[in-house]
Amino acid sequence: MEVSLVDMKSGQTGVITKVRGGANFSLKLNQLGLREGKRIKKISSVFNRGPVTINVDNYQVAVGYGKATRVLVEVDQVEENSPGR
Amino acid sequence: MKKIVLAGNPNVGKSVVFSQLTGSKVMISNYAGTTVEFTKGLLNTGQGTFEVLDAPGTYSLEPTSKVEEVASSLVDQADIVINVVDATNLERNLFLTTELLEREVPLVVALNMIDEAGHKGVKIDIEKLESLLGVPVIPTVAVSGEGLKELVDSLSGAVNRGQFPLNTANRWAYVGELVGEVQEVVHRHHSWLETLQDASLRPLTGLPIAAAVLFVAFQLVIGLGEFIHEAMEEFIFEGFYETLLLSLSNALGGSGFWHNILIGSLVEGSIDFEESLGVLTTGVYVELGVVLPFLAVFYLVLGFLEDSGYLPRLAVMVDRSMHRIGLHGYSIIPMVLGFGCNVPAALAARNLESRRERFIACTLMSVAIPCMAQLALIVGLVGRHGFEYLAVVFAALFFIWVVLGLIIDRVMPGYTPSMVIEIPPYRIPSVKAQAKKLAMRIRGFLVHATPYILGGILVVNILYTVGLIQLLGVLFAPVVQGLLGLPGDAVSTLLIGFLRKDVAVAMLIPLGLSARQLVIGAVVLAAYFPCAATFTVLVKEMGVVDMAKSAVIMIVTAFSAGFILNLLLDTIIPAAYLAAGLVILSIILPMVLGSTSDRRELSDLDETA
Repeated sequence: MEVSLVDMKSGQTGVITKVRGGANFSLKLNQLGLREGKRIKKISSVFNRGPVTINVDNYQVAVGYGKATRVLVEVDQVEENSPGR
Repeated sequence: MKKIVLAGNPNVGKSVVFSQLTGSKVMISNYAGTTVEFTKGLLNTGQGTFEVLDAPGTYSLEPTSKVEEVASSLVDQADIVINVVDATNLERNLFLTTELLEREVPLVVALNMIDEAGHKGVKIDIEKLESLLGVPVIPTVAVSGEGLKELVDSLSGAVNRGQFPLNTANRWAYVGELVGEVQEVVHRHHSWLETLQDASLRPLTGLPIAAAVLFVAFQLVIGLGEFIHEAMEEFIFEGFYETLLLSLSNALGGSGFWHNILIGSLVEGSIDFEESLGVLTTGVYVELGVVLPFLAVFYLVLGFLEDSGYLPRLAVMVDRSMHRIGLHGYSIIPMVLGFGCNVPAALAARNLESRRERFIACTLMSVAIPCMAQLALIVGLVGRHGFEYLAVVFAALFFIWVVLGLIIDRVMPGYTPSMVIEIPPYRIPSVKAQAKKLAMRIRGFLVHATPYILGGILVVNILYTVGLIQLLGVLFAPVVQGLLGLPGDAVSTLLIGFLRKDVAVAMLIPLGLSARQLVIGAVVLAAYFPCAATFTVLVKEMGVVDMAKSAVIMIVTAFSAGFILNLLLDTIIPAAYLAAGLVILSIILPMVLGSTSDRRELSDLDETA
C-alpha cells in the first residue's frame, strides 16, 4: 500500500517509492539520505499538521507537514495478529 | 602556508577535531549548524605548519543554503581536505566523501565517533574501506582525542584519486554498494537514552517534556541568577567594594570631573550602586553584580540544552506554532540563543533557508527577545514592584512577537517552506566540555561588553555635563511624555540603549519612575532598536535594504506598544489582568487566523507536483 509520510502510522516501516516536488526539494531530501528505495520507520507525527519524524539507518529526520505530504512510501504489510501495529 | 580544510556533514564533530588539532577555542554543540562561518587555526606537524580551516557542515558540495555555500567554496581553496565522517551514519556521510574524491584535492578520512558506532552495533571494516576509497581512513574519537595523532601522521599520505565521475543517482548506488561491503550492523536493544529520544518526539509525551524543560530552565535562570546576584551584592558590593570606593571618593575630594566620571553622584552622602551612575560604581555593579550572575546561569542551562541534543526536538514540538508566524521549528534555535545575546542569534539565523525566513526571524528576534543582560536589569528593576508588572513585560513582548509575525507573514510575498532537519542523538554532556564552553562565553561577555558598558556610562556623564540630554529631553518631551507617559529625560535611555541595553535600563532607576512607567520603559527599550553590536551583525546578515525595513518595523512597533501600554496599563486594566489577557490573545489569535505560509506552500507544491 502506497501512502504519504503523513498518512503512515507511527511505528510502521516501509520503503520510499517517490519524492514529489521541485528539483531543489528532492535534492535537499536526497542529501539527507531520503530517496527512492530507502527503508524507513515512522517514529511520530505532531497532530494538527505538525512535522513527521522518521528513522533512516541510524539517524532521525524531521520533515515538516508540507514536505511530508510529498514523500510516498510503500508500507510493509504486517500480519493481522502480529504486534507492533 | 598550506591549507587544510575540515569538511563533513553537519554535527559530525568537525569543530571538535579542529579544536583538538589547533588548540583554538570554538563553539561546539550537539545540533546541526553550530558553525556558520569558517574558523582558522594553526597546526604544527613534523612537516611544518599548516593553516586549518573549520568549515560549516554540508551534506553535499551542491549547496542548498548560504552556510553550505561557504563549505563548498572552502574546499576549492584547500591543499588537503580532512573529511570528518560520522561512523554511525556511514552511508549518508560517504555521499559527500565521493563528491570530495572527485575534486582535485588530496583527501584523508577521519572516521569519527567510532566508539558510538560500536555501541550502536555498527561494525566497519576500516582496511577494506581504505582500499575501496583509495585514501587513508583513520578511526577517531575526537572528543577524547583518540586517533588524532594518527590523523596528523596520515596527512603526508593524503592522495587524490580524481576519478569516477558520478551523478546524484548512481552516486547513491555506488555508496550503497560500498557500505554493503564494509559495514555490518548487529541488532541490539534500545538504550534508555533512545527511549527518551523517541518520547520527546511523540506529541503526547514530547509536549509535556518541552513545557517542563522550558519551565525548569526559566526557573533556574531567574532563581539561581537572583540568588547569586544577591550573594554578590551582600558580600562583595556592600561588603568591601563600597568602602573602597568611598575612600576613593574622599581622595578625589567628593566632587569634580573625575569624581563624576568614576564615582558619579553621591546619594545622601554615600554610594548608591544603582543611581550614582559612575563608571566604577554603577558601571561595575551592572556588569559584574547584576548581568554576570544571570548570564552565567543562562549559559550553563543553554550549554546543557545544546550539548544534550534537545534543541532540535524542541524545534519539532514548536514547528506547528512557528508556522503561524511565518517561521518553522528550527527558528526556535536563534530565538533561544537570543535570550543570551542577540549577536550569535542573528548569526544562527543563517541556517534558515530563505531570505524571507531570515528576515522574519531576525526582525522578531531583535524586537521581542531581550538579551540576558537586559533581562537581568528588567527582572531586578520591574520585579521589585511585584510579579504582575514583570509578567506584563514578558506578556507584552510575547504578544508583539506573535502579532508582528502574523502580520509580516501575511504582508510579505512568498511562503516559508516546511523544514527538513536531522535530529541528533541524545548525548550526556561532558562536564569538561560544558565548563570550557561556559568559560569561553563568559570571557566573551567580559571582553566584548566591558568597553560598551563602561563607555556607555562615560557617554551619559559627558552628555549630562554638556547639557545635551536636558536639551533632547525638552525637544522630545512631546513624544516621550505625550505618547509614552515618561519624563522627557527618559530620551537619554533611548540614546544609550543603542550602546548597551542593560545600561539603558539601569538609567531608568534615577528617573524615579512608577511601576507602570517602568514597564513601558522596559518594553520600549527592548523593542525599539537593536544595540550597536547586534545592529552591525544584522546589517551584514540581512543587507542594508532589509535592515532598513526591519528598523522601521522595530521603531513603529516599539512606540505603538508603548503608547497602548500607556493607555491601558493600570488606568483601564490592572497589570495582572493585562498580562493574562495578552498571553491568551497571543495563543488564540494565531489559532483563529491560521498560517498563510502553510496555505501558500501546499498550493505551490500542488502546482509543481
